[in-house]
Amino acid sequence: MSVTVQSQERRAAIERARRASRLVENALRFRELGLLAALAVVVAVTTIDNPRFLSAQSIRDLLLNASIVALLTVGQTLVVITRNVDLSVGSVLGLTAFVTGNLFVDHPGLPIVAALLVGILIGVACGAINGGITAVGRVPSLVVTLGTLYVFRGIDYAFAGGRQVNAENLPDSLLSLGSGRVLGVPYLAIVTVAVVAVAAWALRSYRWGRELYAIGSNPDAAVLAGVPVGRRVLAAFVASGAVAGLAGALWTARFGTVDAAAGTGFELQVIAAVVVGGVAIFGGSGTVVGAALGALLLSTIGSALVVLRVPAFWLQAIAGALLLGAIALDRLIGLRLASALRQRSVRDGG
Amino acid sequence: MAQADGERSAPPADGPAGRPLLALEAATKSFGSVRALQDASIELFAGEAHALVGENGAGKSTLVKILAGVHQPDAGRLLLDGVEVRLGGPADARAAGVAVIYQEPTLFPDLSVAENIFMGRQPLSHDRLRLRRPPVDGIASLACMLDRRIDGRELRRRVEALMERLGVPLDPSRPARGLSIADQQIVEIAKALSFEARVIVMDEPTAALSGAEVERLFSVARALRSQGAAVLFVSHRLDEVFALCQRVTVMRDGRRVFSGPLEGLDRDDLVRRMVGRELAAMYPKEAADAGEVALSVRRLTREGVFTDVSFEVRHGEIVGLAGLVGAGRSEVARAIFGIDRRDAGEVVVDGRPLPPASPTSAMAAGVGYVPEDRRAQGLVMDLSIARNVSLASLGRLRRGPFISAGGERQLAADWAARLRLKLARFSDPAWSLSGGNQQKLVLAKWLARSPSVLIVDEPTRGIDVATKAEVHRLLSDLAGQGVAVLMISSELPEVLGMADRVLVMHEGRLRAELPRDQATEERVMFAATGSAGGVAEAAE
Repeated sequence: MSVTVQSQERRAAIERARRASRLVENALRFRELGLLAALAVVVAVTTIDNPRFLSAQSIRDLLLNASIVALLTVGQTLVVITRNVDLSVGSVLGLTAFVTGNLFVDHPGLPIVAALLVGILIGVACGAINGGITAVGRVPSLVVTLGTLYVFRGIDYAFAGGRQVNAENLPDSLLSLGSGRVLGVPYLAIVTVAVVAVAAWALRSYRWGRELYAIGSNPDAAVLAGVPVGRRVLAAFVASGAVAGLAGALWTARFGTVDAAAGTGFELQVIAAVVVGGVAIFGGSGTVVGAALGALLLSTIGSALVVLRVPAFWLQAIAGALLLGAIALDRLIGLRLASALRQRSVRDGG
Repeated sequence: MAQADGERSAPPADGPAGRPLLALEAATKSFGSVRALQDASIELFAGEAHALVGENGAGKSTLVKILAGVHQPDAGRLLLDGVEVRLGGPADARAAGVAVIYQEPTLFPDLSVAENIFMGRQPLSHDRLRLRRPPVDGIASLACMLDRRIDGRELRRRVEALMERLGVPLDPSRPARGLSIADQQIVEIAKALSFEARVIVMDEPTAALSGAEVERLFSVARALRSQGAAVLFVSHRLDEVFALCQRVTVMRDGRRVFSGPLEGLDRDDLVRRMVGRELAAMYPKEAADAGEVALSVRRLTREGVFTDVSFEVRHGEIVGLAGLVGAGRSEVARAIFGIDRRDAGEVVVDGRPLPPASPTSAMAAGVGYVPEDRRAQGLVMDLSIARNVSLASLGRLRRGPFISAGGERQLAADWAARLRLKLARFSDPAWSLSGGNQQKLVLAKWLARSPSVLIVDEPTRGIDVATKAEVHRLLSDLAGQGVAVLMISSELPEVLGMADRVLVMHEGRLRAELPRDQATEERVMFAATGSAGGVAEAAE
């Protein structure tokens, strides 16, 4: 009987601990809720000033504008979670955008799938180079992808040779992928949401997904736990490249007119969105949903400032301030959370 | 008692009936010129907690690392269930069923407790389907095979079962960040259980635990034992050894000096077996005429690290600071030099108080500090030898806004000659030197400033015998020139041979102050292990 009393007490203790940990989970989910709240505030304030901001066309534009950056954040999140970074995404996007555009100018009869496949394959090749050098050569990814940022862009310029792909030379089927919609929702947004959903589900449900977090959270412990660190990091970079390649093909479909400079500087926007979206820059935590919401928030703020007739000069300053604010908030929540967890640990231990 | 004191490599005493679960036989391991293990053996039996005790540097850690697969012995055999095994790495050790719980486990702070335990081995959905409902048709079986998702419910169930078995209410879904060290160890133990470890090595697990946490760890260890595991408990705390263990192995100088049941032994027996080396003639310190007080430390306290530490060091005197690893000796040195802040107390150098947490002021007041870890803290390994020597004396070498390269070379050449530094060129990087010469280089850096107080932390760790003697001669000369030397050392013979006075720390407090003629290995060890006898003898 004393045994049952003891185990009852233990159950109660476990129950108490579990209730407290729900608090923690909420705090983590708070990030995504917070992003949605911020989004709501931005939209509300802007709509008060100009009701047309909430029209169907305007919302479609917002989604279209955010789609490509949001797509890129998916791959970037996979990489950042492992305590790495991929600075070459803008260049990969530019390269694939031009190559697919050029391909369709030469062969207008190709099916749309070919565009996506070509984009993804080029992206995979680029990602394999990034990941291979990082994982096998044990070189910091910051340096590797800074190098490939220039190399891929250089190849892009050399291939383009000053040419430009024009929308009028592209088949309508490809362009309709960029501007068409189903039930009022742009294709681009659907593709992005689908990729985000698949990545979010995979990161949660598969061993390799959890292992990416483990690598970023404590690389040494990951090795000791038998995680194939090199292979996982390589895979994360390949995924990032594939997503960037897909985004490049979609870029061509959306804008039609493409030159070798497409997507220049995009990597910084993507990383900003990832950080605003709550992915820890030193790896180990964060979600693709949060990162995609970060991209949506940043691009919505950009549009809102235009509607509010804030001079364009301010856009970057405000985006930067938001980034700093997000990091400050993260740090604050992190400290609060850590002290809450410590207290609970002490209580449980006692 | 059955063992003759002079007997070196003791044969295994009669163990419980049967074959040992894990046995290390006559293992030898050297690191460079330092022999860490010599002909060391240990036998662990199922259902038994076995204590491993010995002074600092007796070879306990090396032995543990061999069992963990981190080091491979140069000679000797490892037998698991009587079959020889080779552990090429931590993964091999784990596969063989050996788990090591370190003092401070390395977990994934961002991931949940459950994921920390099962990382890379999470239960998958298809396992469950295969077990519960054998697939009948082809498509279903294919779907099951492909379903490699993590089975979250099963993961949770297994972790809860483990926690139940350990009797610890840790929530499986909370992140590891913020777990106390005691709870982190529990996570490691749960991990060990999850892959059915039969040998569980705990390396100084209680050093950072509170009393209640130690009790909980012990009840877990007892439960493991009663479930048939062999527990190896490495500890400095002899009370805990007696509270938990049935058998003990005592090591000294890399050898086993005793192995047998704890019953019938008391603390003093163990301490006597741990010490008992002869003093070599290589410690040349001569009795010095102590001058004025150079360094005075008054009631120095850093919360949770050390408490109420007061002592003085006079010019011309070498004061040894002894104690077991983790007693807080290096921390006191760091606080004196101002690297760590202090919570209370003061430090006075040559009559002038030092401001807290300011190494610059400590240096200006004439204090030099040679840290324990010369690679990480003492030297800039990639800089040249000459630059390392001059690093602490750049102010003196300045000519206008520039550092005089000629002056730097001259300074380096001067000290290299005085310390008999063996080097190829002054422009070679510091890492090109041998360990002993690196240590001399750190000393040169500080001696170039002609300090009046020199704090040296483990000045001869990991260096060869000849260089060791040179370092000792050097410290002795310095004291002769009126420098006040505070020497932290884990090697008792070194402390006893070199020091005019010996201070002994135990768990953050100064427990004894022994003048040279009263300091014996046993007395120091009594105080360092917190034995009643040692405290009573503390001269006040």
